[in-house]
Amino acid sequence: MISGYAGKFLEVDLSTKNIKEVKFSDEILMDYVGGRGLAAKILWDRLGSKWETVDPLGPENLLLFLTGPLTGFFPGGRICVSGKSPQSNGVVGSTVGGEFGVELKCAGYDGIIVAGEAEKPVYLSIKDGDVEIRDAARIWGLDAKRTVAVLTKECRELLKKRYPQRGEWREPSILYIGPAGENKVRTAVVAAKWSHAAGYGGYGAVMGSKKLKAIAVKGTGPLPEVADMDAVKQLTQEVCNNAYGNELWRRWGTGSGGYEVGAKTSSEPVRNWQEEWHDEKSFGVDKFENRVWIKQYWGDFGCPTTCLKVAMVKSGKFKGAITDNPDYELQAYLGTNLGIFNPEANVYMASVIDDLGLCGIQTGNVLGFAAELFQRGILTKKDFGGIEPKWGDAEAFATLARKIASREGLGNILAEGTYRAALKISQLKGVDVVPYAVQVKGIGVGAHGIRSGKDYVETYSYVCSVQGGDHTSVACMPLEDPRSEHLRIFDDSGVICFFNTFALPSNLLFDFYGAVTGIELTREGWVNMKAMRIIQLQRAMLLLGGPDLRWDPKIHDDNPPRFYEPLPSGPFKGKAVEKARVEEEKRKYYGLVGWDERGIPRSDVLRRLGLDDVDKALEKLR
Amino acid sequence: MAEAEKREAIWIARDLSKCSGCRRCEIACSLFHEKRIWPEASRIRVFMLAPGVEFPHFCAQCEDYPCVEVCPTKALSVSKETGAVLVDANTCIGCGKCIEVCPGKVPHMHPKENKVLICDLCGGDPQCVKVCQEGLWNVLRVVPRRFHPYRLYARTPEEIAKDLAVKLYGEEGERLL
Repeated sequence: MISGYAGKFLEVDLSTKNIKEVKFSDEILMDYVGGRGLAAKILWDRLGSKWETVDPLGPENLLLFLTGPLTGFFPGGRICVSGKSPQSNGVVGSTVGGEFGVELKCAGYDGIIVAGEAEKPVYLSIKDGDVEIRDAARIWGLDAKRTVAVLTKECRELLKKRYPQRGEWREPSILYIGPAGENKVRTAVVAAKWSHAAGYGGYGAVMGSKKLKAIAVKGTGPLPEVADMDAVKQLTQEVCNNAYGNELWRRWGTGSGGYEVGAKTSSEPVRNWQEEWHDEKSFGVDKFENRVWIKQYWGDFGCPTTCLKVAMVKSGKFKGAITDNPDYELQAYLGTNLGIFNPEANVYMASVIDDLGLCGIQTGNVLGFAAELFQRGILTKKDFGGIEPKWGDAEAFATLARKIASREGLGNILAEGTYRAALKISQLKGVDVVPYAVQVKGIGVGAHGIRSGKDYVETYSYVCSVQGGDHTSVACMPLEDPRSEHLRIFDDSGVICFFNTFALPSNLLFDFYGAVTGIELTREGWVNMKAMRIIQLQRAMLLLGGPDLRWDPKIHDDNPPRFYEPLPSGPFKGKAVEKARVEEEKRKYYGLVGWDERGIPRSDVLRRLGLDDVDKALEKLR
Repeated sequence: MAEAEKREAIWIARDLSKCSGCRRCEIACSLFHEKRIWPEASRIRVFMLAPGVEFPHFCAQCEDYPCVEVCPTKALSVSKETGAVLVDANTCIGCGKCIEVCPGKVPHMHPKENKVLICDLCGGDPQCVKVCQEGLWNVLRVVPRRFHPYRLYARTPEEIAKDLAVKLYGEEGERLL
C-alpha cells in the first residue's frame, strides 16, 4: 500500500442500500493519484462504454467524493467532488475547502462513491467504520444555515448517545445541498460550512437527483502514515512561511480583485460582460473590510493563508445578511456582472445564493444573461413573472435566484444554466440569444476576461480547457507552464488548495508528494505522462457527452461571441480577441496535447498512454 | 533559591474570538504527543458548532483541580513545574469521572487507547502556542500563572459557542446554533 492513503474507498448504492468497501490497485493510484485524476479513471472504467446515454441526473451516474494523498498533509484542507457533469456532460474535478477530506481519511476512507438513487430523502452518516443511510425528511427543504445547524446538532447527539464514555463530541464535517440541489438545478453546488462550495460541474444537482441531502463524517483515527514525516514537516514549514509572507491573500483574500481587476486589468465581467472595466471605488476591498468584515482571518484545516473573511451587513435594508466575504469571483458575478457596486448589496446576494445552495459564479452568469435579455427587450416583465431585473437591483436578482432554486416560472428555464437556457429561450422567442451566453461547453466562464490580454492572457484558455469555462483549469502553452491545467490537475488530484502554492518553487509540490507517498514524481513525468492521460480521459468524455447535448470541437472549441466584440470602455477600449489568432493557437495547442486537426485525441497518442479502449470509443467521432 | 522554585508556572492565555479555525494547533499538538497528525487525539480541539464560530477548547487548569480530586485511581496529578494536569496512562482506567466533574467538559478519551487526554502544557513549551504565534493569529499566548479567573475559561463547547456566536453575528447569532 502506498503511504499517505487510508487504503480503501467507501461505496454506497442508494438504490439497493448496499454499502461496501472497494480498493484500487497501487498502479491505478500511482497513475491517477486521487481526486480529479482518479475520478476520470473511475468514471471511464464504470460508465465509459455507455457514456453518451448516461443521464447526469439519473440513477446510473456516479457521484464521487475523493481525497488525494496530500489531503490533510499539505496545508489547507479540500475534497474533490466529481461525476458526469450536468453542465458539460463531461467530467469536472470540483474541489471544496473544509475538514471533510481530513475527517474522511481519519475515518479510514480515501473517498466515497455514491451510486443509484434513494427512494426518499436520505443522508449518509459515517463514524469511522460505522456507515449508515439515514432519513433526511427533517432536513430536506432547509436552507444552508438551517441544514448545518440541525445536522450538526443531530449528529453530535447521535455520537453522544452511541459513545457516551468519550467526552464531548466535536461536530462531524458535513457536505450538503440546499434547496437548489434538491430541485436538480444545474447551477447547484455541493456545499461545506455555509458558503464553501464545489461549484463548477453542477454536482449539487447530481446529489439532489440521488435524494442525498448530506454526508456527515467523523473520523477518530490518525491521518495515514507518510513515507518521510521529517520531510513532510519541513516542506509544510516552507509552505506556511511562504503563505505568512503573502500579505495580499492573507489580509485581503481575492476580494482585493473586485476593484483592481476591473480598474487595472479590465477583465472583470460588468453587466453580463458588455464591459470589463469599471473604476468604482465604492467597490474597493477597503470598503468591504470596514463595512462588512466581522472576522478577518478564516481558514480550513491547516491553512496558513486564511483568504476567507466572514462578512455581515450591519446597516441598511440588507442588515443581518451573513456570508463569507465575497471573494473576487463573487464580487464579480454577484456584483459587477449584475451592475451591483455596493458591498452591502453584494454580501446580501452572496448570502441568498449560499442559503439556496446555488453556485455564485454559474448563477451570477445566468442572472446577468437574463438581465441583458431584459435590457434588450427580448424577455419582458411578464416573462419574469412581474420581476424587473434591472442592473444594480439586488432585490430583483435575489427574487429571481429564489425562482431558479425552486424552478418556478422562468426560473425553471434559467435553472438549466446559461447555455441550455439560451437554447430554450431562442426556441421560445424565435431570436438567437446564444451570442449573449458567456459560457464554454455548458460552463459559464469564470470572472477573468481575456480581451484586454492583461489577466488571463491566452485566447484559447477556455476554448481548449477540458473543463470548459472553469477559470481554475485553463489551457496554456507550454504545457508545463504553472498556469496550465496540466499542473492544476495535480492540485485537484493530490487534492490541495492552489492558494497555498503561490510563489513557491515549482518542484515543491512534487517533493511534497514524494515525502508523503514515497514515490518519486517529477514535474516532467507528471505533465508529459500522468496529467496527459487524465486530460485525454476528460477530453474523451467531454466529446462523447450526451444525452441532451454534444460538443463538436469545430463549433464548440470556441470563445463566447462576446469575447470577439471590442471592449467598449476603459484603458483597453477597442481590444477584442481575434478569431484568426484563436484558430491558429488552437491548432498549435491541439498539436502539443496530441489531438488531431478536428480536436479529437489521436490514436497513436492514446495508445502510447495505454488508453486503447478510449481510442476505440473515439473511433465513431473521427 | 533552587532553580525549580525560581521558574514560574505558566498558563495559556486565550483570545477565542480571534481563532481562524486553521487547526494548526491540533496538528502541532498531535504531532508532538502522538507523532502523527491526529485531530481527535489532540489535547487542544477546535470546535465549530456554527461556521465562523471556531475556537480552541482545552484545559484551563482550575485552581481547585476538580478532575484531580475525583480521580479514583490517582492517575491525575498536578505538575509542580508547570501547573498542568498530568495523566498517568498506566493508572488511568478511562472511567470518565474527570470529564463528568470538569465544569467545561474538557477532557476526552484517546480514540484508540483506554486513557483520558488532558493538555499537559508540553512540559512548559506548548506547541500549539508556537504555531498560533507563528501564524500571527495570537489566539494563544503563554503567560505566567498568576491571578487569572481560570474557571471562567472552563466552559462547555455549547456555552462558549453560544456567546461567541452573538459576539460575532449579533442577534443573528442567537439563531445559528
